[in-house]
Amino acid sequence: MNVDLFFQYIVAGITYGTIYAVVAIGFNIIYNATGIINFAQGEFVMLGGMTAVSLHRFLPLPSAVLAAVLITMIVGALIEVLFIRWLHKPSVLRMIIITIGLSILIREIALHIWGEGVKALPYFTGTSVSSIKLGGVFVSPQVIWVVGISAVMVALLSFFFNYTIAGRQMRACSANREAARLCGINAKNMVTLSFALSAAIGALGGCIVSPITYVQYDSGTPLAIKGFTVAILGGLGNSFAAVAAGLLLGILESFSIWVMPAAYKDVIAISILLVILFVRPSGLFGSREAASMKEF
Amino acid sequence: MRSSAHLALFGLIAAVIAVQQITAHTGSGYYLTQLTMSAYYSLVIVGLCLLMGYAGQISLGHAGFFAIGGYISAFLTTHDLTPLKDTVFVAFLNKTGILWAREDLYGGQLLTVQPWPACIAAVLFTVVVAYIVGGPVLKLKGHYLAMATLGFGTIVYRIALGTTALGAADGLSDVPPFKLTPFLEVSGEMSARVQNYYIAWGLVILAVFLSLNLIHSRIGRALRAIHAAQDAADAMGIDTAKYKLNIFALSAVFASVAGVFLTHYNGGIGPSEASIMKSVRYVAIVAVGGMANLWGALVMGTLLNFLSLRGYLGSYDDAVFGGILIVIMLFIPRGLLHTDILRDLRALLPGKAGEEDA
Repeated sequence: MNVDLFFQYIVAGITYGTIYAVVAIGFNIIYNATGIINFAQGEFVMLGGMTAVSLHRFLPLPSAVLAAVLITMIVGALIEVLFIRWLHKPSVLRMIIITIGLSILIREIALHIWGEGVKALPYFTGTSVSSIKLGGVFVSPQVIWVVGISAVMVALLSFFFNYTIAGRQMRACSANREAARLCGINAKNMVTLSFALSAAIGALGGCIVSPITYVQYDSGTPLAIKGFTVAILGGLGNSFAAVAAGLLLGILESFSIWVMPAAYKDVIAISILLVILFVRPSGLFGSREAASMKEF
Repeated sequence: MRSSAHLALFGLIAAVIAVQQITAHTGSGYYLTQLTMSAYYSLVIVGLCLLMGYAGQISLGHAGFFAIGGYISAFLTTHDLTPLKDTVFVAFLNKTGILWAREDLYGGQLLTVQPWPACIAAVLFTVVVAYIVGGPVLKLKGHYLAMATLGFGTIVYRIALGTTALGAADGLSDVPPFKLTPFLEVSGEMSARVQNYYIAWGLVILAVFLSLNLIHSRIGRALRAIHAAQDAADAMGIDTAKYKLNIFALSAVFASVAGVFLTHYNGGIGPSEASIMKSVRYVAIVAVGGMANLWGALVMGTLLNFLSLRGYLGSYDDAVFGGILIVIMLFIPRGLLHTDILRDLRALLPGKAGEEDA
C-alpha cells in the first residue's frame, strides 16, 4: 500500500469518526444531566437528516438544515417532557426499556412518513465527484464541511458549558443535583434542556453527513451503537475525550476493510466496545476511581 | 414445587389440548400453524423471563442465541459434504452414522449431517458461546450490560447477514424435517400440523416445568436474592457470578432449542431472526407479563406473537411492541398480569399518588 492510499483511508476514517464523536457527545450531554443513556440518540440523527431532506424541497439548504435542527430539538424536548420528566427516581432498567421503546416508535413513525427509501441532502458545495487535492490526497468538499462544522460545534459547546449561565447551571446539576437545586437552579428544566441540546447536536450531525452516508428510517441504531462505543471508549461523560475516541474508532474501522470484508465493519466496532467494557469500563481516558463511584 | 404451581401446569396442559380440540371441531386448524410458531417464541421468552425477572439481568441479545441454534442446525443439515466425502474427517463422520445421504427437492444427491447430531451440535455450541460471552458480560450492570448484550446480538446479526455460506440476506432454506422419533417429526407438512402443535407445546410445558422447579428451589431463592440486592446476596455467601452465568446459559439454551425447532418447522431461517428488533420484542413481552412472572410472560408471549404472526398488527407490528414497552414501563412497571394489577391501575387515576417501587 502506498502512502497516498494510507492517507485516503485516514480521511475516510476521520469523516466517519467525526460523526461517531457527534453522536457520543449527544449521549454524554444527556448522561451528564440525568445519568440516563438515551438509547434513542441515533434516532435524533436520522430524524435530523430526514427532516432536512424533506424541507429542502421548498427551502434553500442552509434554512432547511436550520429548521430541521430546530424541529428535532423540539422533538427531543417533547420526549423529555412527555416520557421522562414526571417519573420519580426511575430505575436504570426502566429507563433503558423506555428509551428503547422510544427509539422503536420514532423509527416506525419515520418509516410511515418517509417510507423505506434511502435519502440524502445534496453536497453542500460541489458535487459527489468534485474533490479538493490536499497534498497527495483527494478529499471531498463535504468532508471539510463535516469536520469543520463539527469542530465549530464542539467549540461552541465548550463555550456554552464554561461561559454561559445555562451551561454552568447544567454542569452544576450533573455535579450534584440536590446542591444545584438548593442554589435555585431548576434541575428539571436543565434535563429538558439537555434533551433538546442533545437532539439538536444529533440532528445537525445527521444533516452534514447525509450527503456522504445517506439516511434511511433505520440508520439510527447502528450509529447509536457506534456512538455509545465511542462514548465509553473516551470515558462516559467526557466530551473532549469522545472526539479523540471517535476519530480512533473511525480510523480503525476504515483500516479494518483491509483484513476483513466490508460486511463485517460493524463487527469490528462492536468487538472493540465489548473488549473495552470487559477490560476497562472507565474508558481509555477516564479514571477508574471516578467510574467506580458512578452507578450504572 | 408448590401444589398451586402443579395446578397451573395442569391448567396449561388442559388449555393446550382444549385449543387443539376447538380448532379441530370448528375447522379452523390453520390457526395451529401460528400457535406452533408462537410456542417456539414463547420458549425463548420463558428462558428470558428466568434471566430478567428472577436473576434481574437484562439481555438485548437473545435473538442472537435463537439464531445461533437455528443457523447451525440449518447449515449442518443442508450443507452438502459430497465433495469432501473422501477426506478422513468426513469419512469418519459418515461411518459413525452422523451423516446421511438424501435427495434434495430436485432429486440431486446430498450428503449432510442428520438433524439430531446437528441439533446437539447447535445447542452445545450455544452453551459454549453463552459461557464465553456471559462470563465478562454479566459482570456489567445497567446500561453497560444492556449495551454489551445489544452488541452481542448485533454481531450475530451482522455475521448472519454478511456471510455467504449462511446465505447472507436470503438466509438458509430447504432445511429437511427433523425426525425426533420414528413417529414424531418436526416439519411444515400440512399432514403433520397437529403433531407439530403438540411437539412445540410439549417443549414449552417441559420448559415451564423445569423453570418452576428451578424458581421454587434453593437456586431460585438465590436468584431472587441477587435480583433484590446483589451485594447483600454476595455477603450471604451466594456465589452470585456463578448463578447469573448458569441462568444466562440456561436461557440461551432455551432460545437455541427454539431456534433449532422453528428452523426445521419453517424449513429455513433468515437474518431477521437475529435482528435487534426480535431481541427487543422478547424483552417487551417479558416486561408486559410482569418480569418475574413466568405465567404472565407465557400468556403475553403466546398472545402477542400469535397476533403478530397472523398479521393483525399490520404494518404497525414493530410500533405496537415499541408502544407496549413505553406504556408498560411508564405506567405499570410491574406488568399487566399480577394480582395487584387493579391497585396499580387505580394509582394511575388523577388525584391518587402512584407508589413507586421500581
